[in-house]
Amino acid sequence: MSAFLFFVAAIGAISGAVGVVMLRNPFYSVLALVSHLVSLAVLFLLLRAEFVAAVQVVVYAGAVMVLYVFVVAYVGGEGDTIGERLHGAANGSSGAALRLGGAVLAGALLVELLIALLGTGLEAVGRYGAGYAPGPHAYGTPAYIGKLLLTRFLLAFEVASFLLLIAAVGAVVLARRRGGLDEDAGEEARITPLDLLRPKHTGTTAEGVGRRAL
Amino acid sequence: MSIGWYLAVSAIVFALGAVGVMTRRNPLVVLLCLELMLNGANLALIAFSRMWGNGDGQILAIVVMTVAACEVTVGLGMIVALYRRKLPIDVDELRELQG
Amino acid sequence: MSTTAWAWLVLAFPLAGTLVSAFGYKRLPRRSSGWIGTGAIFLAFLCAVATLISLQGHTPEHRQIVSSLWDYAKTAGIDAQMSILVDPLSVFMILVVTGTSTLIHLYSISYMEGDQGFCRYFSYLNFFVFSMLLLVLAGNFLLLIAGWAFVGAASYLLISFWYRRTTATKAGIKAFVINVVGDVGLVLGTYFIFKHSGSLDLLRTFHAADAGTLGHSGNGDLVAGCVLLLVGAFAKSAQIPLHTWLPDAMEGPTPVSSLIHAATMVTAGVYLIARMHPLFQLAPAAQDVGAIAGATTLFVAGTIGLAQTDIKRVIAYSTMSQIGYMIMGVSIGAYAAGLFHLMTHAFFKALLFMAAGSIIGAMGGEQSLQKMGGFKRALPFTYAAFVIGGLALSGVPPFSGFFSKDEILLVTGEQGGWHWVLYVVGYAGAFLTAIYTFRMIFRAFHGEPVAEARELEAGHLHHAEHPTNPATGEVEDTDVGFPGPHHTTAERAMPMKVAMGILAVGAVGAGLLQIPKTDFVVDDFLAPTFKDAAAYEPHTRNGLLWFGLALGTVIALGGIALAYRIWVQRPAIAETARARFRPLYELFVNKWYFDELIDALVVRPFAAAGSFARDVFERRVIDETIVGGTTGVVRAGSAAVRAVQSGFVRYYAALLILGVAGVGFYFLLQS
Repeated sequence: MSAFLFFVAAIGAISGAVGVVMLRNPFYSVLALVSHLVSLAVLFLLLRAEFVAAVQVVVYAGAVMVLYVFVVAYVGGEGDTIGERLHGAANGSSGAALRLGGAVLAGALLVELLIALLGTGLEAVGRYGAGYAPGPHAYGTPAYIGKLLLTRFLLAFEVASFLLLIAAVGAVVLARRRGGLDEDAGEEARITPLDLLRPKHTGTTAEGVGRRAL
Repeated sequence: MSIGWYLAVSAIVFALGAVGVMTRRNPLVVLLCLELMLNGANLALIAFSRMWGNGDGQILAIVVMTVAACEVTVGLGMIVALYRRKLPIDVDELRELQG
Repeated sequence: MSTTAWAWLVLAFPLAGTLVSAFGYKRLPRRSSGWIGTGAIFLAFLCAVATLISLQGHTPEHRQIVSSLWDYAKTAGIDAQMSILVDPLSVFMILVVTGTSTLIHLYSISYMEGDQGFCRYFSYLNFFVFSMLLLVLAGNFLLLIAGWAFVGAASYLLISFWYRRTTATKAGIKAFVINVVGDVGLVLGTYFIFKHSGSLDLLRTFHAADAGTLGHSGNGDLVAGCVLLLVGAFAKSAQIPLHTWLPDAMEGPTPVSSLIHAATMVTAGVYLIARMHPLFQLAPAAQDVGAIAGATTLFVAGTIGLAQTDIKRVIAYSTMSQIGYMIMGVSIGAYAAGLFHLMTHAFFKALLFMAAGSIIGAMGGEQSLQKMGGFKRALPFTYAAFVIGGLALSGVPPFSGFFSKDEILLVTGEQGGWHWVLYVVGYAGAFLTAIYTFRMIFRAFHGEPVAEARELEAGHLHHAEHPTNPATGEVEDTDVGFPGPHHTTAERAMPMKVAMGILAVGAVGAGLLQIPKTDFVVDDFLAPTFKDAAAYEPHTRNGLLWFGLALGTVIALGGIALAYRIWVQRPAIAETARARFRPLYELFVNKWYFDELIDALVVRPFAAAGSFARDVFERRVIDETIVGGTTGVVRAGSAAVRAVQSGFVRYYAALLILGVAGVGFYFLLQS
């Protein structure tokens, strides 16, 4: 039974991943990722990580992906097909060779990892650590995780919460509307996000070498 | 199923995410593929945690998820800002660091 | 106070004078700088006299004293100290130098009156005197070379004193460059000697030479060293072939010519050979070189003097000729005679230059003999000075030049061998000297008075409408860097009269110091320095003596008479002689083509080498290949590296993945 579930979840995960990469419309990519996340949650469950699976669904698929959906709805954007992407689209995009090369590299990475895996003969990774012993503090339960978080990994826990705070503040600062700046100002008033972070009276390297600022 | 299978899935997902990061032009989708890679790593972590029998991997997976959430927040904020400034939403066009 | 303390004071006063004039010229009233300068040298002269008295208080064996202020550099093999050597020779020299310098400073106060560079002039002049004193008082080779170089620098500063004149600056550079050639010779010569002696100290080197530890007579290194020292001496004393700077040096103010190019700087070479006599005695070849060069110079300079028209240049060539006598004298071993001639020459040559300055002042700056004439009535004092100086120069008894010149020639004759040639050349030179000296005097003072002379007789000093450069005739300004508007004659300026008067007394009476067979003041005084000299036999002259004295008198008077006949009675003879001996005349007028020779042999090749270096080597090799190549390589390299920063995020991500794959590959291989 568990094997069957594993294969279902695994195939779901991989197809979700493939969908993210291949699908043209970014919205569809988001949906593919959501399905991938859910499959992954099933895999987590199979690995006796109940709390993590729940967190995955609630936080990742629930909150983060919803955020993504909103942003995709706002920004939108067309994607290209994989064929266009790999061989350079019609609008003369640069770096086509890079894309192909990058894909090849990623493939190489995969091969390496698989070799590493198979090379061990799957023996080192053939064990199961925890037996099934249900109870309130068993491996993988929320109580277990909570105890770990508040004793051994307290620092990591606190730092992570601090990080969340910073990220939230940063996101607000990044995306807010600048006072006094017209959104449909002319070319000259275009500034990049880097402009916001740059001190006054400094310019970009591109400006320095004579190219107009983007 | 032995842990090896899970690790294989993790490797495949990670590699797919890498391919996506390399090939997609829309920064939103690039971020999505980044998420893929993170999830692949998460899967590996959980699998190894199961193998060794202690909860370290799971805690780390939670932390990774936290970090992923933060990074998505900031990244999407930047994309929104880009969109607001009417800049092209295309990683190939955003080349300020050139030179 | 001890002897050496007086000697240090002799050095200190001119230096103080220089610094006060140089740094205080804005604060001090203008004319005071002249009196400060003169006063400083006069005090130095008094200290020199005190040194003399103090030195004579020692016994003759102890009259060579070294005094060292501090160690300059004492490392393995080199002992350099700030030390002076006080002995009869140096005291003799400092007396001559400070004595004549005081009088020349006095003269300059009137002569340079209207010049805007008055304070600068006296500062330079004091610096020159200081350098010359440093040179003669030096107790080791280091200070000797330092004084030598300073003297060259001071000479340059003073020759190109009127620096807005191109002729003056060119002359200054010419003098300095030739002096530097001499400096190189001096330093290299010092090296050759130091190689064997191991000490820079003069006395120690001489003791080593006398004791024989420096090498046997005729040792190659010693001969080379002495010949190189001679190169230095020739450059400084304007002997052939390094003499071409001296006539051009007449671009400087007349008192400068009087001091530097008559009495002091040009005698530095003579002093050097006299001082280094223990070394020269071990290198007879070098002595021969010196004697031949001296004899050649005295003859050639004499012939050139016959054809010159610029009054100062005539006197300059006569200086060259007389220094030739001195060099010849000290080279063959007649040290006392040569130095005695140095002293008498200082007197009458300085006097002649001062008198020339007076008549040039009367002419309003014009220096050409062809424009002068008949100043006898207008400038009586100057005429008298010229005549006294001329008689002394020609060697007419009882003037001082007679005794000193004949003594040199006497010693030459007594040595026999091939030195008879030098004897004959010496008397021939004396004949020429008498002729050209009195040619100058007769042309300037006898005959019909020219316009300027008549003006002066009427009581009015002639002023030129526009001040002109006497050499080129171009009109110039009277601003800073040019001669000022003021010029005067000796009759009108008391300081000039006093200075010339004292020198005239010296020119007449100095001969009394060394009358043959009667008194030997100079010989005895200098004996302690030359006690190890082979040919120093002060009291054994006979036989040749009376013949020499008679011959000298006859030749001098004959020369004067010939000059009188030609230039006073029948000027036409000069014209016909010039026409008949045209090639000879051309040779003399063009100074034996030495300038052209040096230009072709030395100047052109060096200039060509310089152009080559600049155009080809500097531009092609250094700029383009080495510098350009390096920068090109760096630029290309950085352009290649710059390509990494493409700005594509994707590219960076690709690099990341490549890195990860690489690391994974490495670990894969490891296991």
